[in-house]
Amino acid sequence: MAMSKEVKEVLFGPIIANNPIALQILGICSALAVTSKMENTVVMCIALTLVTAFSNFFISLIRNHIPSNVRIIVQMTIIASLVIVVDQVLRAYAYNIAKELSVFVGLIITNCIVMGRAEAFAMKSPPGLSFLDGIGNGLGYSFVLLTVGFIRELFGSGSLFGYQILSLASEGGWYQPIGLLVLPPSAFFIIGGFIWVLRTFRKEQVEPKE
Amino acid sequence: MAKNKDSLGSTLFVVITLCLVCAIFVAGSAVGLKPLQQKNAALDMQRNVLDAAGLLTPETDVIAVFNERVETRLVDLQTLEFVDAAYVGARSAAEYDPIAVAKKAELGKKLSKDVDIASIGSLENVTKLYFIKDDQGAVETVVVYIRGYGLWGTMYGLVAVAPDMNTIKGFKFYEHSETPGLGGEIQNPSWVAKWQGKEIYDNGKVALKVTKNVTRPAHDIDALSGATLTSNGVDHTVNFWFGEHAYGPLFDKLREGELN
Repeated sequence: MAMSKEVKEVLFGPIIANNPIALQILGICSALAVTSKMENTVVMCIALTLVTAFSNFFISLIRNHIPSNVRIIVQMTIIASLVIVVDQVLRAYAYNIAKELSVFVGLIITNCIVMGRAEAFAMKSPPGLSFLDGIGNGLGYSFVLLTVGFIRELFGSGSLFGYQILSLASEGGWYQPIGLLVLPPSAFFIIGGFIWVLRTFRKEQVEPKE
Repeated sequence: MAKNKDSLGSTLFVVITLCLVCAIFVAGSAVGLKPLQQKNAALDMQRNVLDAAGLLTPETDVIAVFNERVETRLVDLQTLEFVDAAYVGARSAAEYDPIAVAKKAELGKKLSKDVDIASIGSLENVTKLYFIKDDQGAVETVVVYIRGYGLWGTMYGLVAVAPDMNTIKGFKFYEHSETPGLGGEIQNPSWVAKWQGKEIYDNGKVALKVTKNVTRPAHDIDALSGATLTSNGVDHTVNFWFGEHAYGPLFDKLREGELN
């Protein structure tokens, strides 16, 4: 089955062309907090992608019944329920990761990507397409987070997914880790660099001068 | 749908239905997954205990080793008597959480400022000890809880002590919020290794010290570089817990042969 152009655009557009973090500058908060280790980053990405996709799906499913004056609260209720369930599942099946991610799973509720997509896309699109839009934006978020997580863990701790790749000077090796990369602010620099590189190659993303 | 979705009636209907559905969904997942979560938390604590005692390797079957070699006992810090779980209103010694009950008036006591050097606020009346036994059934390690304020928050740890109740065999901070790469190095195996074989007491007083100038090799532990406040926190923590207001009297009693 050939994918229609629309589906393709909805699913893959947010990865480079319309990336939620790089272009829309949404969801930065969690991008700083959870990217010091690849393992945590991957789990966070999966959690966010699922929440965005399913919240889009459910909101789109009842979009014709949602009273417009309480629509944000209705969206929040659906998103919050999904996030609590994700948190519970993580605590049951991935206890160690859940412990490290702790509050940040709960903070998916306030992640602007989820709210943004619900309000901007799911409220006026059919459920199937909304679901794909959620997956697409989740992938866009994941793409940036995994890049940041890769750089931070490799150069900050000398490892990837917990496996030591560069032998650390403190344990008799040669690599002196960059301490800054373990701390949350370093993600700002990496995301900034990421946006710079992206906009060098895709000039249309550069905002017009005021 | 001829009806107006913005009317009061349908607004209420949608909101109430949605709340009901979401509540059932959330409550169902919380209740359904609870047994698994509790098992995870218990397993995590068992792993921490074995890790502190130096018995944890990646191949260790945590549950089997724990059940075979570890005896969990509760002891009253005032009377220095072993007590059973019913005494503290818990179903079993394993379920009793000394840290959680410390704040309750009937199971803990508030510490006055001059005593509370580790800034923990209140101390539990009954603590939990893990006795780890060797093949012959003799106690080879005692694991105790410690906690204290570091730079950013309370650090929770376990210390493994030899049966002489003086020599440190290992320790582990299983929960803390110190700066990664600096204070967070309290979990680094190479720093933990520096604790092994250190002696807590000298002439009945706590002599163990985390310091920048290591002068007494039997008692001094080299502080973490770049993490002075965290190191101070660890120093206060061990001073408090091994001192006269917490484990001091208990350790004296255990040393006199109450171990087996």
